Amino acid sequence: MTTAELDVLLRGFGHERKDLTRILHKVQAAYGYIPAPAIRRVAEHLNTTANEVYGVLTFYKAFRLEPRGRHVITACQGTSCHVRGGADVFAEMKKELGIEPGGTTADRMFSLETVNCFGCCAIGPTVVVDSTYYSRVSVADVRSLIALYRKRK
Amino acid sequence: MKPLTHPSQLAGWKARLLEERPAWRKTIVVSNGTCGRASGSLGIIEALGRELDRRGLKETVGLEITGCHGFCELEPNVVILPEGIYYGRLKPEDVPAIIEKTILKDNVVETLAYADPKTGRRYVLRKDIPFFRKQMRLLTEDNLRIDPDRIEDYILADGYQALAKVLFDMTAEEVIREVDLAGLRGRGGAGFPTGKKWQFCRSESADRRYIICNADEGNPGTYMDRSILAANPHSVIEGMVIGAYAMGAAEGYVYVRMEAPQAVRQVTLARDQARQHGFLGKSILGSEFHFDIHIVEGAGAFVCGEETSLMSSIEGRRAVSRQRPPFPAQAGLWGKPTNINNVETWANVPLIIKRGAEWYSQIGTSRSKGTKIFSLVGKIRHGGQVEVPMGITLREVIYDIGGGIKDGQKFKAVQTGGPAGGFLPAEFLDLAIDYDNLVQAGSTMGSGGMIVLDETTCMVDMARHYMHFTQEESCGKCVPCRVGTKQMHDILVGITRGEGKEEDLTRLEELGDSIRVASLCGLGQGAPNPVLSTLRHFRQEYVEHIQHKRCAAGVCKDLAPSSGEEAGPAGRRVKKNRHD
Repeated sequence: MTTAELDVLLRGFGHERKDLTRILHKVQAAYGYIPAPAIRRVAEHLNTTANEVYGVLTFYKAFRLEPRGRHVITACQGTSCHVRGGADVFAEMKKELGIEPGGTTADRMFSLETVNCFGCCAIGPTVVVDSTYYSRVSVADVRSLIALYRKRK
Repeated sequence: MKPLTHPSQLAGWKARLLEERPAWRKTIVVSNGTCGRASGSLGIIEALGRELDRRGLKETVGLEITGCHGFCELEPNVVILPEGIYYGRLKPEDVPAIIEKTILKDNVVETLAYADPKTGRRYVLRKDIPFFRKQMRLLTEDNLRIDPDRIEDYILADGYQALAKVLFDMTAEEVIREVDLAGLRGRGGAGFPTGKKWQFCRSESADRRYIICNADEGNPGTYMDRSILAANPHSVIEGMVIGAYAMGAAEGYVYVRMEAPQAVRQVTLARDQARQHGFLGKSILGSEFHFDIHIVEGAGAFVCGEETSLMSSIEGRRAVSRQRPPFPAQAGLWGKPTNINNVETWANVPLIIKRGAEWYSQIGTSRSKGTKIFSLVGKIRHGGQVEVPMGITLREVIYDIGGGIKDGQKFKAVQTGGPAGGFLPAEFLDLAIDYDNLVQAGSTMGSGGMIVLDETTCMVDMARHYMHFTQEESCGKCVPCRVGTKQMHDILVGITRGEGKEEDLTRLEELGDSIRVASLCGLGQGAPNPVLSTLRHFRQEYVEHIQHKRCAAGVCKDLAPSSGEEAGPAGRRVKKNRHD
């Protein structure tokens, strides 16, 4: 990431405070996370402090300060998925990957995330890998699902 | 196409579209919402396209890709028109038979028709299936006719006609009166009369007013808002323009949660199309009214569903709630009068204008009018989105529409109202659903989540689940919510691990009462409800957990599942508890 790259990215945005979350979404889409130099540059752009930008980005679940793995597995923790066996699926996922939510495997292949509801409640438990939705996931499916993506690299 | 500059052009456009519409012998409508895609609808669409092409049927048979049809459990599904034949749980290999038998020979593929799991009886037509029969799909039936990518489909379904009527035949006061007389109440949960709310906003003198569509649908187990936005986004946009005219607002915001990417995409596209065709922007339809909409994508904070936090978030700040008054109608977004309504509320507005308050107010109960969309999920046989008239009983929704409990289990309770709602046991099954009845029974309507629970659900675990959620989502500004929910959560975790003490129950009730009274916003005020409600209806289950270290549902792994077995000593756990 260079300053020039960031400047190109910021060109499409205004300098108003209300643009902050949109800018952060954009930065993250470009780099996969919010790199520290970007925080300072975004603050300058909006004529505010890095502290303010940091405060906002750490408030929201969407933004990350660390890069994630190649594939992101997100397990739904919603109520409907929970009563349909989602907790066991999630436990199996943690075991199989050997990481806790928020973590990334040592080979940087997988990151594990949780979400409070994907809104696919009638067909849960729901797991989303990158942007593909998987419905009715059972404990037995977990291993093959991970293997599928491991093969894909 | 140029923007419309006169209301008469709308009728002309519709007539032209009707004329140009291809005369298909049959149309195959594929439900392609989020649940459809998750269940494989894209594969079905591909197979249908291939098969129609291979047989040279592309000119005579239509393939319509639409948003959600509601019956999520049977996704992926198709409806074949004009007959209305319904095939569910399809696999790509079923496609050749559908084309061969139903499209070419007008026969039914029996094995793909819906079979009632109780009686085994097969239903060929969608309208006969019990899941649909008792519904009243005023807002959602058009989903079958609308490809959300095409504004033309919305025009064909009489879209934007209510807007034309409002702009040229009604004063702002008349619009507010109509919405008020219809008896529409906020669908986001609080049930505040929409017409009154609009009047408050209009009465404030200001140089600028804003309106907001709250699409930050965050209650776990609810997804009607994201479905409306993804399936029929123009209905929400039309409702907002009408509201803006009534309140005198020049700018509006749709705040959509990022966990609903399809909704974000469709509402953005619909907004752009509405701008292009003159339904948004300067001089809408040639009138003197100007209004535009901005789309804001959330960033994963549940508290943004609360109106004051939502406004902070639009302003680009941490989404923390603030003291009311002043109410948003007095000082909202950037200190200006602001009106916030939920997606489903906005979608009701064009309907009320088109068909009139008198017609609308005949649907429902004396104090809750119209229909309500529920997400009927959990341990239910036929899960999905159901739209029913207010006043229908819980039993009708759960048993007649939902087909009862899954896997031969017994009904235990239904949870309504999300993390601020409550649990209703079997004795409430004949309760007529409306805002006031649900509150009286100790729960709330909320935004329409209806999570059905069976005997394999532990109520203490459910209370813990919700408290974990609210504690995690608390914005942290006020102490009762930030610290209180943590205390309640820790006590509940203790009970599920077999470390509960006699005095825990009183402690939970005391904490719950103070959090309810002292929290700043709805998130905190409602947070204790799932705990207090389970304590009210399922106290014995807590006692079992505490005194006998038993969890009859077998959910709490550190406790014995039934009375015959010994509870393992709480200290023997080797791995970290999964509830952490």
